[in-house]
Amino acid sequence: MKKLVNQVNSKLINPAKEKVVDPINLRIKKQNKSMQRFIYASLTIGFVYILLILGMLTGLIDSYLSGIIVSIMINIIMAVSLALVTGYLGELVLGHAGFMAVGAYTAAILTMQLNLPMIIEFPIAIICGGLLSSLVGIIIGIPALRLRGDYLGIITLGFGEIIRIILNNLDITNGARGLSGIPHYSNFSVTFFVTIIVIVILYKLISSKTGRAIVAIRDNEIATDCIGISTFFYKTLAFSCAAFFAGVAGGLYAHYHTVLNPVSFGFMQSIEVLIIVVLGGMGNLFGTIIAAVILGILNELLRSFSEYRMIMYSLILIIMMICKAKGITLAIIKSKFANRSPKKSKGGKSDARSFKN
Amino acid sequence: MLEVSKISVTFGGIKPVDEFDLKLNKGELVGLIGPNGAGKTTVFNLLTGVYTPSHGTIKLDGKNLTRLKPHQIVKKGITRTFQNIRLFKSMTVIENVKVAFNNQLHYSLYDRIFNTVKYNKQEKWLHKEAMSLLKIFDLDNEANELSTNLPYGKQRKLEIARALACKPKILLLDEPAAGMNPNETNELMETIRLIRNKFDITILLIEHDMRLVMAICERLVVIEYGKIIAEGTPEEISKNLKVIAAYLGE
Amino acid sequence: MDYMTLFIQQVINGLHIGSIYALIALGYTMVYGIVKLINFAHGDIMMVGAYTAFIFMTTYNQNIIVALIIAVLFCSILGFTIEKVAYKPLRKAPRMWALITAIGVSFFLESTVMVLFGANPKPFPAPQSSLIKIGNLQFSQLMIISLVLSVILMLSLERFIQTTRLGKAMRASSEDAEAAALMGISVNKTISTAFIIGSALAAIGGVLFAVAYPQIKPMMGVMPGLKAFIAAVLGGIGIIPGAVLGGFLLGLIESLTKGFLSAFWPDATLWADAILFSILILVLLIKPSGILGKNIREKV
Repeated sequence: MKKLVNQVNSKLINPAKEKVVDPINLRIKKQNKSMQRFIYASLTIGFVYILLILGMLTGLIDSYLSGIIVSIMINIIMAVSLALVTGYLGELVLGHAGFMAVGAYTAAILTMQLNLPMIIEFPIAIICGGLLSSLVGIIIGIPALRLRGDYLGIITLGFGEIIRIILNNLDITNGARGLSGIPHYSNFSVTFFVTIIVIVILYKLISSKTGRAIVAIRDNEIATDCIGISTFFYKTLAFSCAAFFAGVAGGLYAHYHTVLNPVSFGFMQSIEVLIIVVLGGMGNLFGTIIAAVILGILNELLRSFSEYRMIMYSLILIIMMICKAKGITLAIIKSKFANRSPKKSKGGKSDARSFKN
Repeated sequence: MLEVSKISVTFGGIKPVDEFDLKLNKGELVGLIGPNGAGKTTVFNLLTGVYTPSHGTIKLDGKNLTRLKPHQIVKKGITRTFQNIRLFKSMTVIENVKVAFNNQLHYSLYDRIFNTVKYNKQEKWLHKEAMSLLKIFDLDNEANELSTNLPYGKQRKLEIARALACKPKILLLDEPAAGMNPNETNELMETIRLIRNKFDITILLIEHDMRLVMAICERLVVIEYGKIIAEGTPEEISKNLKVIAAYLGE
Repeated sequence: MDYMTLFIQQVINGLHIGSIYALIALGYTMVYGIVKLINFAHGDIMMVGAYTAFIFMTTYNQNIIVALIIAVLFCSILGFTIEKVAYKPLRKAPRMWALITAIGVSFFLESTVMVLFGANPKPFPAPQSSLIKIGNLQFSQLMIISLVLSVILMLSLERFIQTTRLGKAMRASSEDAEAAALMGISVNKTISTAFIIGSALAAIGGVLFAVAYPQIKPMMGVMPGLKAFIAAVLGGIGIIPGAVLGGFLLGLIESLTKGFLSAFWPDATLWADAILFSILILVLLIKPSGILGKNIREKV
């Protein structure tokens, strides 16, 4: 994982490392590099997977622990998809759990109604959940994305709540009692590979021309428009992609827990995902993944403090943010290792990727 | 090639631009001057679709651009720079240029995910194009710097390079020499001449530095309170009493 | 009861609950106006206010007036401290970071109260009050007192903002904090003032809320806080009269959907919040800066 991580990071934080060489060499090097990267990445992912599977077989990782790992992975999907909108596009979204709910309920209802073999209906359900969620994202996004910053945040908050209230009152979702008896289709392996696929797709998306356009919108919307990029199109695209993956996460969630309740998709859940994204460094996919893992583990560790858990959690959150603002960030420590002097830019912004909002 | 007839815009009772006419011929280098608050930047905003005119039409090569959005106008061939520099701050110098090539790239997410030949070819082409553009502006050594780390004069140049990456027919420069020292201004004058010859484009520029305007513009349009008060060669303008009155406040 | 009476009754109820929303919304709007921070902890300050009053009324047997004053003092200090400790270090950081810190503070207040007093609702010892009857309408004295008190507070705040030096400094800072600082206005002082006044109003709002629904619980601030924030946005965030208008509007919408609309459509209560959010979204889409807000165009 480390190799991939370093490479991903160097690409994200420090594109300056690619030295300019003559074109022919460059092509060969680039292709070798991407081949190498692919092999390293596959090997590390395979290694991690086998390690975890072995842990489960030998009983080192019991079902409780694997449950935690699965929820961390679902959180990762939620967080990296939100990172696309909040981190890279720079728009505040306070209703991401609403999209997860749409995906979860759609997928669950599909598998409960279809009665097809699992191998057929499960992928269909997951993808349909994602698609419907993305459709909802587009419907919300088209009017809402005209607004910026906190106002968009409020609108998405409102939509998230509306979705929850709708789920609470519909017959097909069984209202506030929630759905139960959803087939137990997702397990550790399925979630693991879906998570990897989502991360890869998002990473590739961000490092393509689309990603450049999205970051440009974050940096300066008017200038982006004035170089011929339809900001409306790319904002809606980013928004619907994020909604799609949140829907996928919802589908996995539904088929892991086998019960659904509107309460699980409220404002607090949206906030939890947002915390992961902000702690992870906003425009940083890898940081987001790490933050999801750390917060997931932290949540578990604090469980032993029972009622004091939330006090500790909130204090740690506040302290982390203050430290971040004071410039004690992971990115800086890392850049020190990379022999690159940390840039203390004006206004206390501590890493190059930080930005308004 | 560009025909602007009688465009006006109103903001809450004020008319920053009032029945403004402009004709640009292919290959011309025209200066748009006038005292502060005369409506020069508003004209640019109208031409690039940032504001929509309340009256009048804008035509480029016979095609109507009047109600198009900024990104559509760019595709028709007009790009601009900004008075207050608007670079993409979290991107490097070369990325700032690369992003402007977006409409000229035609690979899909599928190509990116599987690193297809199409993707590699286009990104390689992009890199080459972007580098050669930076070279013209003498920015190739800073290609991988963050754009905000560039000195002011170079930031302005980078903005021009970015605008040129869109392959425009007409380039609008909004006070390109603002905040530059005389040396940098001289250099900029050279660059403007160079790009006009090299890229075969029409340039309309707003500038307060009369030395630059007089030296490089072939024609000047003077506006005050949103209206054209004079038009002609630099020599004619420098002798025009109305213009002198407008600047000195009579 | 005929529909007309029901309607008027619900309008009065709406004004009552709306006045509480307005009091809380004022704090949101003042803070947002100056530091551009959605202070998520504001609703919880209201909750702390209610709990403080509760302790002084039950444990120390004070009457509600004394308890209210102590709650106001305590919350002012709390608001001031929270700003100094948690928000000030992040003033120059990206705004989303400060938002997360505010959420952290909110969690902290909720969980602390939960540990100290338990998660279960406690009955609030609201003073007995007689019902006033006019025709078929009826409302409690407390309701009237609460409404009048809120209006007086709002008017005095407006007067403070418009006429005093500190008030003017606050207005200047909320228009352009940097320019205000250059004019010699102490931004620290104005921010502290905004937090102190906002928290004091929230404390009063909390006590009035507890009196109206005579029970308190650690999460009681979440929904009213959210709604008060929406009220501030609805009226035009950063604008004092906007917060008041938004608060009353929200109260009216809520009580009319729950109390009046439900006479025709039994499910209205279930959908009340959805209706509320839909109206908010509609208003923002039509007028992004809120009802009283000015549209500011970005200068190119």
